[in-house]
Amino acid sequence: MASVFEYAPAPESRSVVDIAPSYGLFIDGEFAEAADGKVFKTVSPSTEEVLSEVAQAGEADVDRAVKAARKAFEKWSALPGSERAKFLFRIARIIQERSRELAVLETLDNGKPIKETRDADLPLVAAHFFYYAGWADKLDHAGFGANPRPLGVAGQVIPWNFPLLMLAWKIAPALATGNTVVLKPAETTPLSALFFADICRQAGLPKGVVNILPGYGDAGAALVAHPDVNKVAFTGSTAVGKEIARTVAGTRKKLTLELGGKGANIVFDDAPIDQAVEGIVTGIFFNQGQVCCAGSRLLVQESIQDELLDSLKRRLSTLRLGDPLDKNTDIGAINSAEQLARITALAERGEAEGAERWSPACELPGSGYWFAPTLFTNVTQAHTIARDEIFGPVLSVLTFRTPDEAVAKANNTQYGLSAGIWTEKGSRILAVANKLRAGVVWSNTFNKFDPTSPFGGYKESGFGREGGRHGLEAYLDV
Amino acid sequence: MPTTAPTAHALSDVTASDSTLRRFLHGLPGVDAVGLEARAASLGTRSIKTTAKAYAIDLAISMVDLTTLEGADTPGKVRALGAKAAHPDPTDRTAPTTAAVCVYPDMVAVAKEAVAGSGVKVASVATAFPAGRAALDVKLADVRDAVAAGADEIDMVIDRGAFLAGKYLKVYDEIVAVKQACGDRARLKVIFETGELSTYDNIRRASWLGMLAGADFIKTSTGKVAVNATPANTLLMLEAVRDFRAQTGVQVGVKPAGGIRTSKDAVKFLVLVNETAGADWLDNHWFRFGASSLLNDLLMQRQKLATGRYSGPDYVTVD
Repeated sequence: MASVFEYAPAPESRSVVDIAPSYGLFIDGEFAEAADGKVFKTVSPSTEEVLSEVAQAGEADVDRAVKAARKAFEKWSALPGSERAKFLFRIARIIQERSRELAVLETLDNGKPIKETRDADLPLVAAHFFYYAGWADKLDHAGFGANPRPLGVAGQVIPWNFPLLMLAWKIAPALATGNTVVLKPAETTPLSALFFADICRQAGLPKGVVNILPGYGDAGAALVAHPDVNKVAFTGSTAVGKEIARTVAGTRKKLTLELGGKGANIVFDDAPIDQAVEGIVTGIFFNQGQVCCAGSRLLVQESIQDELLDSLKRRLSTLRLGDPLDKNTDIGAINSAEQLARITALAERGEAEGAERWSPACELPGSGYWFAPTLFTNVTQAHTIARDEIFGPVLSVLTFRTPDEAVAKANNTQYGLSAGIWTEKGSRILAVANKLRAGVVWSNTFNKFDPTSPFGGYKESGFGREGGRHGLEAYLDV
Repeated sequence: MPTTAPTAHALSDVTASDSTLRRFLHGLPGVDAVGLEARAASLGTRSIKTTAKAYAIDLAISMVDLTTLEGADTPGKVRALGAKAAHPDPTDRTAPTTAAVCVYPDMVAVAKEAVAGSGVKVASVATAFPAGRAALDVKLADVRDAVAAGADEIDMVIDRGAFLAGKYLKVYDEIVAVKQACGDRARLKVIFETGELSTYDNIRRASWLGMLAGADFIKTSTGKVAVNATPANTLLMLEAVRDFRAQTGVQVGVKPAGGIRTSKDAVKFLVLVNETAGADWLDNHWFRFGASSLLNDLLMQRQKLATGRYSGPDYVTVD
């Protein structure tokens, strides 16, 4: 929306981060080339600029990394918890010290706004390491019996939407409980994990405790299938999650899966409307909607539908889309051309099935991968866009008349990761929250994260919990 | 420039009785304090630089109600204030004038003379400012006195005691009476003293109450209590004027007062205006700062933008 008050560009400096022209795999404390010499390029989604060339892990590299982790496990797991805590605290502090550098790096590699990497991702990353550092010497008191044992080598595969945060969610509890790690970051966002490898060295972490293998799905598959991996943790798409579950079935490996979602954000007629609008925006436009727990289905009580949609459209018109490094940018770039194509196809499907599409007047940059914030009204449960996870800035608006109908519609999904309730009535919050089949239910807020709070799904959103005391269980023999 | 209609006809029936008014005010959407404050804080992180900053600083200067409300006010002090309002920066005549000078009713005539010909308005705090604890007749006499002396704007305080006791119609009637006393000659700013109203729900109700009664401006506070204007309560009032216009077509101004001291703060408030009520309010007819010490910081920042160097407090006037 044009305004008399035009904010001048306020780009964060790129000079705080020094990206090398090439990176290796991080195995046994050293950066190394892939065994077969393969490399791939990582690009900045907002400009399509090539940022660096990264070694691409293959089966032989996975084997090497798992062997290194196995070797390191003996000593690492034998350390007193208080000693492991020291390393984790050190890592957490280094992350805080280098947070500006990491925020810029993450924005360059992922395309999300610097506002989010700076104010959401990095503080949470550090908080996760601090939190699990605190648990490392208190495992006897975590409720899993006396002296719970680590599992061994954890094979971890993480997605591209929160590269460093997902790494923290995986690595912090694994190390705190005495496991060693082989982690494969997503092929479109390997850089922050490689910087993390450097942080491990800076913290003096013993060799082999953390190994980072940038690569594609084949490396992830090899890692999951490796016979010497004791624990598999995966965050990503439901399709890949099912594949992993099949691979792991029948082995003694422990498995946790954090998969897709189609979160319902339920707004009752007595909701604090202005804050609900903010919550809807946070729910679906945070990180361009590329969030597994996004509130991608808005369920609004019919009596306030018009009022709420007017407010929401007005609010969307104030969102600023553009250069993710600009501190005033609210909506950054879509992570990859592939993801953009998927979002585009699903939005077109929504239109074809008769839903009404709306976007604010919004100029998209010439290069890079961009998708304007989009609303679909007249959506019903039968529409594809109400069922399939779009993983983009696309909100489907449905209506309901009674709380029972809201609950029925909210639960009518193959997923069950998150939900939101907006009402001023406390008793209704408790009553509705109890009936929602979702791992996280937010009331009068959305997309709030904290390391102390367990996170995970129902149904096709996966199983197991990350974060909180519950998050320790996935890495302990209990 | 759009003008304010005297009453909001579309909602006139809600003021038929105390109970209809109460039902209406309590039927307004609630305010979630955590969410409101988070939104205000997130708008506070907008990075305003270079040309946008220069624009914002000049705009903020033009929105200042330069105020002296001391028992010790003298004609000399008021004249000095008027001179500063007309020429805020003696070293740079391109600096915009402030919106108004704000004085006690007995100083209106002096102020009027001091700003004559400059375009600066004279505002006066009538209605037994700042406590508002006087009979209605006394308050109205206070207002008539100030208007007769030439005040362009009247800043009235509401009866917080009546509001907190739930006597909404009494508060409404008082505002209507004061508005009548202002007549066509003065615009009416209604001060809620948000710090004393205590809850955000109350602030939203007071905002609607004031607007229903014909306020031309709604204003946070007197500047005389501990909690004055905050980004959150100003954001809330901006939402109220935005919604009120959507419903009635009547535009009402907003004035945060007290506690806004730095340019950085002022720019944050302008961001709130820009992204909440919208550009229609980015004008001193619709938005004001009740903040006197703010002006010197704005002027120092302005000098810094012009020269590239920070000056110091001796390069702006102390009036």
